[in-house]
Amino acid sequence: MSRRPLPTRTRAAVAVTRAVNVLSRRFGAGSGTVAGGHAGLAIDPRLLEHLAAGRRVALVSGTNGKTTTTRLLAVALEGSLGSPATNATGSNMPAGHVTALAAAPSGAPAVLEVDEGYLPGLVDRLCPEVVVLLNLSRDQLDRTNEVRMVANRWRRALTTAPVASVVANADDPLVTWAASAAEKPVWVGAGLSWREDAVACPACGGRIEFAPGGNGWACACGFARPRLDVSLEGDDVVLADGRRFPVALALPGRFNRANAAMAAAAAAALGVGWEDSLARIAAVDEVAGRFSLVEVGGRRTRVMLAKNPAGWRELLDLVGPGERPVVVGINARVADGRDPSWLWDVPFERLGARTVVATGERCRDLAVRLHYAEVRHLTVRDEVAAVRAAWIAATREPARTQLEEPGTEKVEVDFVGNYTAFTDLLARAASRGASRSASRSASRGAS
Amino acid sequence: MSLAVVVVHPDLLGTYGDGGNGMVLVQRARWRGIDAELVEAASGAPLPEGDLYCLGGGEDVAQRASAERLRSDDTLLRAVDRGAPVLAVCAGYQILGRTFPSADGRPVRGAGLLDVATSKGPGRRAVGEVLAEPADAALGLPVLTGFENHAGLTARGPGVAPLGRLSAGVGNGDGTDGAISGRVVGTYLHGPVLARNPALADLLLSWAVGSPLDALDDAEEDALREERLAEMRARRSPRGRVARYLRGSP
Repeated sequence: MSRRPLPTRTRAAVAVTRAVNVLSRRFGAGSGTVAGGHAGLAIDPRLLEHLAAGRRVALVSGTNGKTTTTRLLAVALEGSLGSPATNATGSNMPAGHVTALAAAPSGAPAVLEVDEGYLPGLVDRLCPEVVVLLNLSRDQLDRTNEVRMVANRWRRALTTAPVASVVANADDPLVTWAASAAEKPVWVGAGLSWREDAVACPACGGRIEFAPGGNGWACACGFARPRLDVSLEGDDVVLADGRRFPVALALPGRFNRANAAMAAAAAAALGVGWEDSLARIAAVDEVAGRFSLVEVGGRRTRVMLAKNPAGWRELLDLVGPGERPVVVGINARVADGRDPSWLWDVPFERLGARTVVATGERCRDLAVRLHYAEVRHLTVRDEVAAVRAAWIAATREPARTQLEEPGTEKVEVDFVGNYTAFTDLLARAASRGASRSASRSASRGAS
Repeated sequence: MSLAVVVVHPDLLGTYGDGGNGMVLVQRARWRGIDAELVEAASGAPLPEGDLYCLGGGEDVAQRASAERLRSDDTLLRAVDRGAPVLAVCAGYQILGRTFPSADGRPVRGAGLLDVATSKGPGRRAVGEVLAEPADAALGLPVLTGFENHAGLTARGPGVAPLGRLSAGVGNGDGTDGAISGRVVGTYLHGPVLARNPALADLLLSWAVGSPLDALDDAEEDALREERLAEMRARRSPRGRVARYLRGSP
């Protein structure tokens, strides 16, 4: 099927997609991933189906970890299946998918990150070989549906579609509910540290009880965590048949080991060996700026993304115990969700021992939250000025922080932003040409 | 004796960071030297006795489950009879009424602590910033600011006053927001409404402790309020309207 030439209309649409994206990038109107896709879809509404025909397609969706898992899976496939078409920058709606597919040779496999709401439609249109379902929790509630409704829509889509493999996080009851509609899901124990959206049983409305230590969950109605095919034990991935592979990631954090396990399980479903894919995954040290080390306001800053309570819960495990000053950036644009109420779901109390600076367009909302958490903080609206202020404040408190000597290659300030606060800071750092060390892994620099 | 601030069913109600209201009440009591504790009353056990109750927002299934438990447990009713204040936001506000709609629009019986009835609105969900002038000047509250996200329209019975009159937002759907009856307060301003309106927090606290309260340093809250109010003024200016039209945002 891949050898059959594309219809004339589709070829025209592909040419326009590429041309518009080149123009968009050249004139700085955007990142060059969305405008072209929209133009292409306007010419050929079935462009996505045509571009996907003849490819092996894997889709990745969920509330947190989509961009990272997509990247890890793409990297895992490179050796055996060749460089895949992928939307690496997180443009995860159909226009972004069109752009990713139009940019890659026609036979190349596709690894696509998909917005949770678009997943059912895409499963229907693209007949993917693998679907990876990471987790579902509250995010951007002003724009999206209740997470329970999303889980039900996923379930319906997977009931009817002939997806060969669904790789699902069995520790998340909502994901399990959706994935158990598939014929033979691959169950991965990827963990779930935010459970507040998972207490009501999706099968019966009853109450799900979680075993201590993340050892499963069950409802009285019989809906329970399935037997795991893949689990994480410390730094190892363990398969049901007893095989065990060490995971030594350049990326930090438990959640990234979970993302790696999900990606490797998806790669295995596509025929790539575990050793091969995990070795490739281990070398990835930065994903679309996440965990990159950039210079901001003259300070070596580790830049991280956390955009909802579940993401924050995971990230606090990583940054909470540290001693570096931490800058937290909060915006409330459309891409962030216009309602920052979720800040009250984040246990910022855990930053109590750190020097904290609140920044971003909604720094006032964050400042009030920190005030009630009794976390001492400064409020500086401008992100770059905030990083500078954090460093200065921290150096004035030698008793509270053990700072590195200047001139070493260590991280000096941690920055955690929600989506546009994070991308804004990266853009400002890049535009100053100050990201000399952007590709170096912050985790290595910090250890 | 410690002031018990009970957050009702945080495992079911609390979608929009609504647990923050309990945290605000407890901190504002402690900062004044009043011993206070936050009691998170999960839905699996009977509701504990308390001095002040907070209910949050919740998704459809969770809202029905919470209402069911509250109907079969008269703890909250008895507390209200004793004079304990109650703050209920969003789905929690609907639960306290006589009826509210399930996902398919059929009425579900509420806890009946407020003489209000909620039905499914005809149009899109009400999502956005809200500004409300307190309806009862005697309460001494300044303008209320918050964020709403709900689909219901709420009609008040005869004898039930609204909490506020809207200058922005949808609220009950008739130009008012919320309801107040005795010491039971309901509102569509969800999430940390008390963080954005510390005077409302102090009104509830003063009812619970039975005496006026010392003033606190609210510089952080005031800065946030000022910013939100300025943003709303700018939005409604002719220039703001044009800018928002050009951006394509509501």
